[in-house]
Amino acid sequence: MTDQRFTTAAEIAHKVAEGNLFASDVIDATLERIVERDGGYNCFTTVTAERARARADAIDAARQAGQNVGPLAGVPFAVKNLIDIAGLPTVAGSRINRAHKPATADGTLVTRLERAGAILVGALNMGEYAYDFTGENAHDGAAHNPHDLTRMTGGSSSGSGGAVAGGLVPIALGSDTNGSIRVPASFCGIFGLKPTYGRLSRAGSFPFVSSLDHLGPLARSVVDLALAYDAMQGPDPYDPVCADRPIDLASEGLDAGIGELKVAVAGGYFKAGLAPEALAALDHIAAALHATTQMELPEVARARSAAYVISTAEGAALHLERLRSQAAAFDPDVRDRLIAGTLVPAAFVQQAQKFRRWYRNEVLKLFDRFDAILAPATPCTAPLIGQKTFVLNGVEMPLRPNIGIYTQPISFIGLPVVAVPVSLPDTMPIGVQIITAPWREEVALRIAHNLELRDLAYAPQPEA
Amino acid sequence: MTDQELDAWIDVGTAVLGIPVDPAWRAAIRLHLGITVGHAQNVLAFPLPDEADPAPVFQA
Repeated sequence: MTDQRFTTAAEIAHKVAEGNLFASDVIDATLERIVERDGGYNCFTTVTAERARARADAIDAARQAGQNVGPLAGVPFAVKNLIDIAGLPTVAGSRINRAHKPATADGTLVTRLERAGAILVGALNMGEYAYDFTGENAHDGAAHNPHDLTRMTGGSSSGSGGAVAGGLVPIALGSDTNGSIRVPASFCGIFGLKPTYGRLSRAGSFPFVSSLDHLGPLARSVVDLALAYDAMQGPDPYDPVCADRPIDLASEGLDAGIGELKVAVAGGYFKAGLAPEALAALDHIAAALHATTQMELPEVARARSAAYVISTAEGAALHLERLRSQAAAFDPDVRDRLIAGTLVPAAFVQQAQKFRRWYRNEVLKLFDRFDAILAPATPCTAPLIGQKTFVLNGVEMPLRPNIGIYTQPISFIGLPVVAVPVSLPDTMPIGVQIITAPWREEVALRIAHNLELRDLAYAPQPEA
Repeated sequence: MTDQELDAWIDVGTAVLGIPVDPAWRAAIRLHLGITVGHAQNVLAFPLPDEADPAPVFQA
């Protein structure tokens, strides 16, 4: 069959459902691609080849029997290795968790994607315990950006970004606590959806900061992103944060256009530290959407600070026992941040949580005037692997804690975001956030799709 | 805060929590604790009424 490297999930599913393509052929080609290319990308930590082939055969048999094989029939996908896969320990990027017992069941989102016909092909590299924006990992090695193998994928959903950008799979799942879907989407030049906090179940995933953790999809097309998102929606009694809301299908309205939507650009804080290419990308999307109004999110720098405090304290509390007994087994870059996090007084965290409510109430008022807000996803394009510092607002800063400076204040209050890739001449791709009111993912996806249809936001194909 | 103050905090805090700290780790821990304190001071400087509820709300 022809090279499927950059075939969309929608196209695969359509062909499989019509009987013009066997799911087993799709999976064979996918597994071959992973063998051929992942040595360079280092995105997969486990390939579930046997399971994938069995699943593909079952889908082909069901289709031949005239059964409905689902909207994602035969579509290969992979998941950040903090999401449970039955029969495997959920390592969450760590060495320590490799001693855990294998998961007895798949995570809810894996089950839901497979219920829609998709086929899991493996688990993906990530920053240890998701406390990372770089894509580096002391145990599994850094994931490499398919657009330039010397550069970071971003993290912590590093393998998710690289595997999708490199054409290994059309859809991957990641998690996003402070930006861990949107940062790799930006650096790798793909689309990423961080849904509203509580929209998608996190059941069967290893946590980082429960107050802020989200799961979501990454893809090379908005249609694929929406198909995956739709398949994963719905309440889940196994995640107390997952909202008891009806499914709100986004795929159906993608082509509705954006004529009536009011879009603003976040200024001030969001423009202060931008590299020229990040500013150019933001201006490019703003011009395309006729977003001429610039507004400022209230107290946004303080919001980022509060997100930082909650993350480090809550994340550290999660790992306290492991820090006591196995500190030397952590990735050093993660361990030292976590140890610092254990020392944060409760009063700091409680005040940050009070501020969070104040900030939410103030930001939601902006959505009385605007349907969406644009903001940069990252302050710069992908840094070099191994780079420790970068210049932000004219000051040299540690890289790892600061790549998420523009994503943290948004996930802090759970707003849905689609990160769209912008590919301008002579530079690496970079993302722009399309931010909407809670539970309005479909608006962000509709805007992203409109940009995609006009070739103003698209996932560039890497040469590597 | 000074490096000495941060180091004292690290010494006492990790002893209370029972976390062993290799001397080679200290500089990075101090760096990250200092960054966190800066962010916390930014949060604490914002006046909120005593009645302000934190964001997470438990439902019985």
